[in-house]
Amino acid sequence: MSPALLTWLIPLPPLLAFFLILLFTRRNNALSHTVAVGAAALSWLLGMLVFFAALGVEHLGEQPFTSSVGWLPLGSSVFPIGVLIDPLAAVTLFFVAWTVLMIFIYSIGYNNFGQPKGEGDVPGLPPHGAKDHGHSVPSVEPMYARFFAFISLFAFGMFTLVVSDNLLTLFVGWEIMGLCSYLLIGFWYAKPSARAAAVKAFMTTRVGDVFMLLGIVALYAATGTLNFREILHNPQVLDALATTSSGYFGLSVAGLIGLLLFIGTVGKSAQFPLHVWLPDAMEGPTPVSAMIHAATMVSAGVYMVIRMFPLLSAGWVEGGDLTATMTVMAAIGAFTALFAATIAVAQKDIKRVLAYSTISQLGYMIAALGIGAYVAAAFHLVTHAFFKALLFLGSGSVIHGVEHGVLHTGEHIDPQDMFNMGGLKKKMPITFWTFLIGGFALSGFPLITAGFWSKDEILADAFGHGHLAVFLTLAIAALLTAFYTMRQITLTFLGAPRSKAAEHASETKPSMTLPLVVLSVFAVAAGWVGIPENFPVIGGLLPSWFHNFVSGTLLEHPEAAAFNILPLLVSLSVALGGLGLGYLVYRRAGEQDPLRSALGPIYTLLENKYYIDELYDRIFVRPAKAIAEGFVYMFIDRQVIDGFLHALARAAFSLGGIFRNKFDAPVVNGFGDFTASMTQSFGRALRKVQTGQVQQYLLFVALITFGGLFYYLFGILR
Amino acid sequence: MIPLSWYLTLAAGLFSFGLYGVLARKNAIAILMGVELMLNAVNINLVAFWRYLTSDSMNGQAFAVMVFAVAAAEVAVGLALVISVYRRRKTVSADEINLMKW
Amino acid sequence: MTPIQVVFLFTAALILWAAFMMVTRQNLVHAALYLIVALFGVAVIFVLLEAGFLAVIQVLVYIGAIAILMIFAVMLTRGDVSHESESVNRGFGWAALLAALFCFGLIILLGQSPAINTPAPALAVDRDTVFELGRALVSPDAYVIPFEVASVLLLAALIGALVVARPHIKEKSKQR
Repeated sequence: MSPALLTWLIPLPPLLAFFLILLFTRRNNALSHTVAVGAAALSWLLGMLVFFAALGVEHLGEQPFTSSVGWLPLGSSVFPIGVLIDPLAAVTLFFVAWTVLMIFIYSIGYNNFGQPKGEGDVPGLPPHGAKDHGHSVPSVEPMYARFFAFISLFAFGMFTLVVSDNLLTLFVGWEIMGLCSYLLIGFWYAKPSARAAAVKAFMTTRVGDVFMLLGIVALYAATGTLNFREILHNPQVLDALATTSSGYFGLSVAGLIGLLLFIGTVGKSAQFPLHVWLPDAMEGPTPVSAMIHAATMVSAGVYMVIRMFPLLSAGWVEGGDLTATMTVMAAIGAFTALFAATIAVAQKDIKRVLAYSTISQLGYMIAALGIGAYVAAAFHLVTHAFFKALLFLGSGSVIHGVEHGVLHTGEHIDPQDMFNMGGLKKKMPITFWTFLIGGFALSGFPLITAGFWSKDEILADAFGHGHLAVFLTLAIAALLTAFYTMRQITLTFLGAPRSKAAEHASETKPSMTLPLVVLSVFAVAAGWVGIPENFPVIGGLLPSWFHNFVSGTLLEHPEAAAFNILPLLVSLSVALGGLGLGYLVYRRAGEQDPLRSALGPIYTLLENKYYIDELYDRIFVRPAKAIAEGFVYMFIDRQVIDGFLHALARAAFSLGGIFRNKFDAPVVNGFGDFTASMTQSFGRALRKVQTGQVQQYLLFVALITFGGLFYYLFGILR
Repeated sequence: MIPLSWYLTLAAGLFSFGLYGVLARKNAIAILMGVELMLNAVNINLVAFWRYLTSDSMNGQAFAVMVFAVAAAEVAVGLALVISVYRRRKTVSADEINLMKW
Repeated sequence: MTPIQVVFLFTAALILWAAFMMVTRQNLVHAALYLIVALFGVAVIFVLLEAGFLAVIQVLVYIGAIAILMIFAVMLTRGDVSHESESVNRGFGWAALLAALFCFGLIILLGQSPAINTPAPALAVDRDTVFELGRALVSPDAYVIPFEVASVLLLAALIGALVVARPHIKEKSKQR
């Protein structure tokens, strides 16, 4: 079994699980989750086999695992699709397989498997408790099997994207995930807010997807292929693309294509200005948020630009001027990182904070890529997937614990509001410690957390290559990240409980806490493979393994930045400073956020997300609805099209009438009637022959007989 | 000597009278009488031909005997019918016996 | 003109005159009597044709049976005499025309046949035509079968006439 063949099989188990669950096991919850988790485990196993096989290959970048088949006949040639495992794909496969499996296992407990059905539970609404011997307990999700079917399809999409060797199948996986994000964000479809969020997510990412598709088409038109190796590993192709002018905005062809593809990432990875869908996507169940916003979908956007980096950076040499696309990326990435971090500071929903945090961290990755820090961006992608998934799953655990308290006390509070929590450290210890590890990783707590190593590398690269604007922006964003993370941890777990529900919260089931523990291990250890070689003291332990491995993906291996103490110090200070500040401000916070009085109107602005949603509503949504209703529906559909059809119907009717009255009735009917009346009158005339008088008959007989006889006889005699 | 043609002429004339009687007379019995005349004409013909052309064999006379028998039978049945009709409809006029009229 | 010819001509005239009278009389009894005269005449013709037996049969059967039967029938079907205003029906003109045409046509036709004027061959003096006729009628290689069939026919006519003409008793019982 060659690794390439195993790679083909990786996306298939979840796809199979999707069909099996939808067709056969829908009524049986246990069977459905067994099929789904089994499929995820199978993909995980295959992924690990391929990953470790990939590790064993020297210079995987030059000899990646590839396999392709001809698929789409195009005139004289056949468009090939296939799989490719090079270093970048290998590390991505690693984190995708682990996080997907952990999320699947977590979903069993999150959907309250084994709990009784709630009396008022309807499919389409979240379950809200059942009565068990008098007191309320959590009830099982009514659409249990459907959930697992959808996340299986989601996993299929992501695996397809990761293992594909060409932009077309990557885009296929991309779009499948877009569909699944719609299905899963709107999972509780009876809630209007969920439905609206699902449409918003789909529409916003669609905007990005259109431009991405244009980029793909332009790339195919320019090079005649979409295969990664053929375009990105080919200096002549890249040079040709970089030097040909595209005619738009003074960009080269490579620059234009790169920009178009990047816009796809702006949509999918929720960068400004297409970030608006991601916070609303918190309407979906928490494992979905984990899946979409950590493990898979948003990572796919960053994965794609990392993959296409040679194209985006065509014409750039290390140390030289950034290409136009790279400049755009760095600007948008850095800006988004700071922008989202400021909003996160003023949010009170535990999941919203994490949502904006995700947007911010993705900005980090894109900014890193924009300044040419290829390996740093990939590194941060991997570590972020682990600790963000951990944080989301942890927040789901917290919400479940508080809901348990809500059911117990009958209090009607929002279980997701952090200002209703507090003191959960004692009630939910496993959740607390794993969430703490995740939060520290996010903040970049020095040395022991993975986030530190990846974030530090980005800052070091930015400083080392002289992009000081980016460096400063990212540093301030890091400070804010640490601040709001500690704010979140303090409000949720530390201090005194702010509500009775929080007092009666309890730890969640092992099916939920076990994935948290596994992910926290990675959140700590995943960073150690990326310790730079020239780091003081511990640099020699695992000398830049990640850097050496992943940099092999590119043709020209990027050099690691030289060690500089300044970015390290800045990184340490913003991390520790932010964490400390957060703790100090919030350790005695009551019902009100202390910042509200401190910042005043700025706080309101941040809380309302800079009113961007309202702006988009005014500019895009309302005019679109007005045009759809007034113009397209009322005028074109009802008057033009319907009018045409009605006219056609009237014409057909009148034609039919003409045929009937002018031809059918007079001619055809008339002919029939005429024949009948002719026969009748003929008969009436002929019957007079029958007089009943024998002598008359005899007369005729004699006449004819004798006439004939004489005719014959006289003829003979002649 | 009497030429054959004289006999044949006589038979023709007798037959024609008989034919006229059948076709023109109203009374049913008169019609039957006309039929008798026709049969007699036939008999004259038969015997004349026998005498003049085939007098060695008796075929002609035998045939004439058959005609006698048939004529008798036919008159018997015919008059029986006429009497039966007369009983039903009280008339023997061929004009009025026209149930088969349209 | 030989005497035979005179006799023939006289007899022929008689026959034709009697036939004419028969078909034109309104009084049926008169018509029947004229029929009898015509039949007598035909018997004389048979004698002239040296078929004496047939002449006798003619008188016996035709005149003695058939004509008498006709007179009986006339008697039995005397309804009201005033009903019989005319002796002929409406189409008698056509009938007369047809009869005349037929007669003349036949005469002309027969006149054209080549054997028409053969003289009568002489008969053997002591030839017994009656005996030969009798033998012909019952001889198996002559006309016995037609003879027997004719007797069956007479039987059938007998039975048929009886059945047709007998009174229907059922009707009389219904009438009562």
